[in-house]
Amino acid sequence: MSAVVAVRDLRKVYPLEGGDDVVALRGVDLTIEDGEFLAVMGPSGSGKSTFMHIVGFLDRPTSGTYRFAGHEVSTLGKDELADLRSRALGFVFQAYNLLPRTTAVENVELPMIYAGVPAAQRRRAALEALDAVGLAKYAQHQPNQLSGGQQQRVAIARSIVNQPQLILADEPTGALDTASSEDVMALFRRLNEERGITVMLVTHEPDVAAHARRLVTFRDGNIVSDAPVVKDLVTA
Amino acid sequence: MISLMQTMRMALAALVRNKSRSLLTMLGVVIGVAAVIVTVAIGSGAKTSVANQINGLGSNLVVVLPGSVSTTGARTGLGGASTLTPQDGLAIAQLPGVSAVSPAVNLRTQLVANGQNWQTTVTGVAPSYAYVRSWDVASGRFFTQSETDEAAKVAVLGQTVVQQLFPSGGDPVGQTVIVKGVPFTVIGTLTPKGQSGAGQDQDDTVLIPYTSALQRITGGTTIGTLMVSAVDQAHIDPVQSEITALLEQRHQIVAGQPDDFSVRNLQDIAAAASATASILGLLLAAVAAVSLVVGGIGIMNIMLVSVTERTREIGLRVAVGARGAAILRQFLIEAVVLATGGGAIGVVLGIAGAAAIALLAHWPASVPPSAVALSLAFSAAVGVFFGYWPARKAAALDPIRALRFE
Repeated sequence: MSAVVAVRDLRKVYPLEGGDDVVALRGVDLTIEDGEFLAVMGPSGSGKSTFMHIVGFLDRPTSGTYRFAGHEVSTLGKDELADLRSRALGFVFQAYNLLPRTTAVENVELPMIYAGVPAAQRRRAALEALDAVGLAKYAQHQPNQLSGGQQQRVAIARSIVNQPQLILADEPTGALDTASSEDVMALFRRLNEERGITVMLVTHEPDVAAHARRLVTFRDGNIVSDAPVVKDLVTA
Repeated sequence: MISLMQTMRMALAALVRNKSRSLLTMLGVVIGVAAVIVTVAIGSGAKTSVANQINGLGSNLVVVLPGSVSTTGARTGLGGASTLTPQDGLAIAQLPGVSAVSPAVNLRTQLVANGQNWQTTVTGVAPSYAYVRSWDVASGRFFTQSETDEAAKVAVLGQTVVQQLFPSGGDPVGQTVIVKGVPFTVIGTLTPKGQSGAGQDQDDTVLIPYTSALQRITGGTTIGTLMVSAVDQAHIDPVQSEITALLEQRHQIVAGQPDDFSVRNLQDIAAAASATASILGLLLAAVAAVSLVVGGIGIMNIMLVSVTERTREIGLRVAVGARGAAILRQFLIEAVVLATGGGAIGVVLGIAGAAAIALLAHWPASVPPSAVALSLAFSAAVGVFFGYWPARKAAALDPIRALRFE
């Protein structure tokens, strides 16, 4: 297995006016191998969100190294990062972030537009992705015609449509009821197992984290535990 | 990389998602451009109408007037002398650069016909007068050279005279009008020419052969004016000096003595009048352009609101791989589409407005294509100018904050 994400001594400091800088990450080391399903937990302010943003090239570390699938991220420019995001990453957010008044299939097409995929191919791939999340017949529905769980599945379809190496999910079940949460997590699990997509999930719900196979816990800008998920322990 | 075509399609989709807002945003530019088009149309209409009035006087017209006479110290005004003769006219017609000459003998008199009477100007002219004044007949015909030679009792009526003497309608051709006791047969009517630049009703006239006027009515041998048509505009000045030289020779004016005639052309008056019309049009257009800029500020305002409102959307676009340039381009295109779309609607409304003015106010409002092109280009420029800042703001958004934005 090769590493999708490899960070060494990652630090992130937010300078504040009037001294007292906020240190979000205090030297994090982590390697995520290809095909892993990783859950990141931790209380708010633990640095887990900052970590996810850095992994997703939305933020840059203050110091430390980050290699993504062999690329040294700090050497890449803004546009190269945008292109890499488009090719290799899929994002899923708590609030779905679907474009309003835009059909499901058009929402799923969005990442391919920025990747420069031709229209016909785009439509085909988007319908395939919707089919993969079980929403093939909702392709022409707009977000406000879909339930929360369905909207999040559209967002997941959008995240996989460019065949990414890594999906970053930020509290993907935070706005969903239990049944929908289960559906969404089962979907992540299936995408991970059947397609081999690496998934990194940030959550603060233990039963959601239990769907992953590896659990990393952050506290005060450090990783305080990193272990395989043992079902009985977490769900207990 | 995303193509420009795709960006354009996305920008359009974003505008369509907010139809009513997009339309309202356009409104400022719509009104601005419509105002520009209408004012330019009115301005160019003023220019055309001045040009028409000048042309209405005749094609490349040079007018020869008798000079003033001075007897025992009292001088009459121009035209006071009776120095011009039909023979002067014939001599001028031989000059190079002259295409036609017609004498004009003016009589102010009472007309009687059809049980009506009407005070008007009867003008004795040559058949070439129709050409010199670019005046066509509406019905019947103009008189011929042989009718002129034999001083025939024929008349051609202006439209005002037709209306006054034959108010019940019907073609006056074949009827008889009595001019100072002499019966003339109406052989034609003139097309309406409207007011002259000086506000005179040019249609209030009757044309008869100048020979008939001289022999049958005034009994004189001199004529009021000579209307000369130069072959083209470039020949007006040379023709003017040739006529002066010719008449000085014919009238045996000694060098140093004042001429007993005066040669005038209308180009200078025409130029001054059309310059005034141009300045008027320019002023109106400048006022209208201000409203276009106000429309542009409206677009900027809404685009700024839109960037704030769509912060999450922008964050998402960045997260799924949009480069900053792609975001900038999309918002810039949205602004430009709003502005040019508003411009296009404004052009249509402006043309409709100009047509309405032309129809209702009988004003010759015409929309020059250059004004349309300029308005569209200007509104696109307004879009770029006022859309750039909001678009840059959108592109510069921090994606993390953008994604968390509530």
